[in-house]
Amino acid sequence: MNEATPLLEVKNLTKKFPLGGLLRKRYLTAVENVSFQIVGDKPNITTLAGESGSGKTTISRLILGLISPTSGEILYKGRNVLEMLKHDSLTYRKEVQAVFQNPFESFNPFYTVDRLLRVPIKKFKLANSKSDEQRLIEEVLDAVGLTSERVIGKYPHQLSGGEAQRVTIARALLPRPSLLVADEPVSMVDMSLRAGILNVLLDLKKKYNMSILFVTHDLSVAYYLSDNIIMLNRGRIVEKGDAKRVITNPIHPYVKTLIKSIPMPNPKRRWRETISLDNLEEKEEARQGCIFFERCPLSMERCRKEIPEMVEVEQNHWVACHSITK
Amino acid sequence: MSEQLLEIKDLKAYYRTPVGVVKAVDGVSLAVEREEIFGIAGESGCGKSTLAKAALRLLKPPGYIHEGNILFEGTDLMRLDREGLRKIRWRKISYIPQSSMNSLNPVMRIGDQIVDAILAHENWPRDKAEERARKLVKLVGLPERCIKMYPHELSGGMKQRVIIASSIALNPRLIVADEPTTALDVVVQRGILQTLYEIKNSLGASIVLITHDMAVHAEIDDRLMVMYAGKVAELGSVYDIFEDPLHPYSDILMSAIPAIGEKKEIKGISGRPPSLLNPPKGCRFHPRCPHVMEICRREEPLLKEVGPGRFVACHLHGSDSR
Repeated sequence: MNEATPLLEVKNLTKKFPLGGLLRKRYLTAVENVSFQIVGDKPNITTLAGESGSGKTTISRLILGLISPTSGEILYKGRNVLEMLKHDSLTYRKEVQAVFQNPFESFNPFYTVDRLLRVPIKKFKLANSKSDEQRLIEEVLDAVGLTSERVIGKYPHQLSGGEAQRVTIARALLPRPSLLVADEPVSMVDMSLRAGILNVLLDLKKKYNMSILFVTHDLSVAYYLSDNIIMLNRGRIVEKGDAKRVITNPIHPYVKTLIKSIPMPNPKRRWRETISLDNLEEKEEARQGCIFFERCPLSMERCRKEIPEMVEVEQNHWVACHSITK
Repeated sequence: MSEQLLEIKDLKAYYRTPVGVVKAVDGVSLAVEREEIFGIAGESGCGKSTLAKAALRLLKPPGYIHEGNILFEGTDLMRLDREGLRKIRWRKISYIPQSSMNSLNPVMRIGDQIVDAILAHENWPRDKAEERARKLVKLVGLPERCIKMYPHELSGGMKQRVIIASSIALNPRLIVADEPTTALDVVVQRGILQTLYEIKNSLGASIVLITHDMAVHAEIDDRLMVMYAGKVAELGSVYDIFEDPLHPYSDILMSAIPAIGEKKEIKGISGRPPSLLNPPKGCRFHPRCPHVMEICRREEPLLKEVGPGRFVACHLHGSDSR
C-alpha cells in the first residue's frame, strides 16, 4: 500500500486475560488477531471505535506497553515495541505520548499543575535553562488554547475538566511526539468545552505533524475527527478503512446496527422503525465462527464455524463478513 | 382542576456548605403536561438533578428547598408530610435516579426485588404482586426468565430495564428519569429510549427526561428545557429549539455536537460554568456569551414568552428589544 515504513504496525495482536479457575484455566479474550497500521508518510488520525468490552482500550494499553500481548507484535517505525521498551525505552516514551479519559487522575492534587509540565522537561532534558523551560511551557499551552496566567501556579481543583484535559494534552506535546494515543479524552468533558478540545486535536495534527490514535465509543466524534477508523466488536476487527466511508456506508451488519442507533441531533430525523436485538450477553466461549453470529440478521451456516476474513470492498474499506464473499 | 400534571413555581433549592450557600436551582418555574416527554438539558453542575430531587421532595441535607411551590395534580407537595409523600411516590410519581441500575440488591432475585417494591407501597397479596412483576418484565422487553435471575447475570441495559419495570409497577402518572442511558452503549441506549417512549404511550404517563446529551433529547422529547447555572435559559417545543435556538447558550450546545454526514465545524465556548456560590451579576451566561451587551452585565434577564409556548431568558429577545 505504502512504500514508507508505517509509523505503527499492529500484527495479529491477541490478548487474553486469565479469569481464574483453579484446575481448568479460563480466559477472557479481550483482543483477538487484530492487525492494522498507521501510515508513516503523513500525519493522520486513526480511531479505534467500539462499544464497551470491544477491546479498544486494551489495544491502546498494549501499544503503550502498559500490558504485554499474549501473542502478536507491535512495530513502531519498523522496530518491535517490546524490544524497544527493554533496551531503548526513553526513545519510545518520548515519541509516543498518551492522554487518558480522566484528566484529574494525571495530576497530584497537592502540587500545582505546572509540575505536570516541568517533570517531562527534566526527564527528557528538553530545556537548557529556566527561560528555555518557560518558553517551552508557554508554547505548548498556547497550542492547546490556554494561557500561562490561567494555569501556572493553579491547583488541579481550580481547573475545569476541559482546562485540565488541555493541560494533559499540552504535557504530551512537550517532547514533540510522533504519535499521541488518546483514550476517550473528551468523554468526561462537558459538551460546550468538548468541541474546543476536538478542534485542538485536529489543529495539532497539522501544526505538530503528529499522528493520533484516538479511542472512542462515540461515532459522531469519530466521524468528525478521523481519517481512518477501526471498528471493533468483542475483540475482533469487523470493519476498517476510511472513516467517512465506513461510517456513512457501513457494510458489516453489526456496524450497521451500531450506526443506526446513534441519536441524531435533529428532531426531524428521528428513528422510524423500532429495532430489536437480543439483549442477552453473548457466551464468552462462542468464538469459533463470526463474533456476531448469534445476533446477526444475515447469519448463515458458514458463519457459525468459520471466522470471516478481511476483504477490501472498495478502496481503503475493509469488511470481515461472509455475506459479502458468498 | 389543573390541566398540568406537575407545576413548579419559582423553585429555589440550595446547598449549605462551609463556605456559603450554593444556589443550585435558583428560581425555576415549569409545567409538565399530561402524556408528554419533557426533557431537561444542561451541563454538569447546572442544577438539573437537584431540580428533579427538589421537585419530588427528595433533596437531602445539606440540600434544602429555600422556597417555591410544587403542585402535582393540584396537590401542594410542599405541604405534605412524610406519610403523605409516601402515598404519592411510586404510585403517582416514580423516580429513576442516576446510575440506579447499580443499586439492585446483588443477592436477591430480580422478581423478588420488583415484588418487594410493590409490596412496600401496596397492600396486595404476594401472588398478585408476582403476577404483576411477570407482566412488567415483559412490558420492558425482557425475557420472562429474568424473574429468576440475579443482577450479576444481567447486562447493564437489562438492569436498567429492571429498574424501569419496577418504576412503572404501580402505573405512575409521572416518571422522572435522571440520565437513564448515560453509561450504556448506543444500541442498548436506543432500546431503552424506545421502551420509555412505548411506556409513555401505553400507560399514558408523562416522563421527565434529564440528560446532558442533546441528541437524545432531539430523538424523543416533546418539549425541552435548557438550564444554565441554576436557571432556565430556554424552554419550548423540541422542534422549535433545535430549528432555531434563541438563547446563545442553547445555540452553542447545538453547534457543539458533531453530526454524522454533515461537514460543519463544531464550535465550543471558552470559559467555564460559573460558581453557584457567587454567580456573576446580570445574566449568568454573560462572561461566556458571544453576543454580550452592556445590559447583560447589569440586569438579569427574565424568562419571557416570545412565541406560543416558547420561553427564553435573554436580553436579545423579548419585548424591550423587539
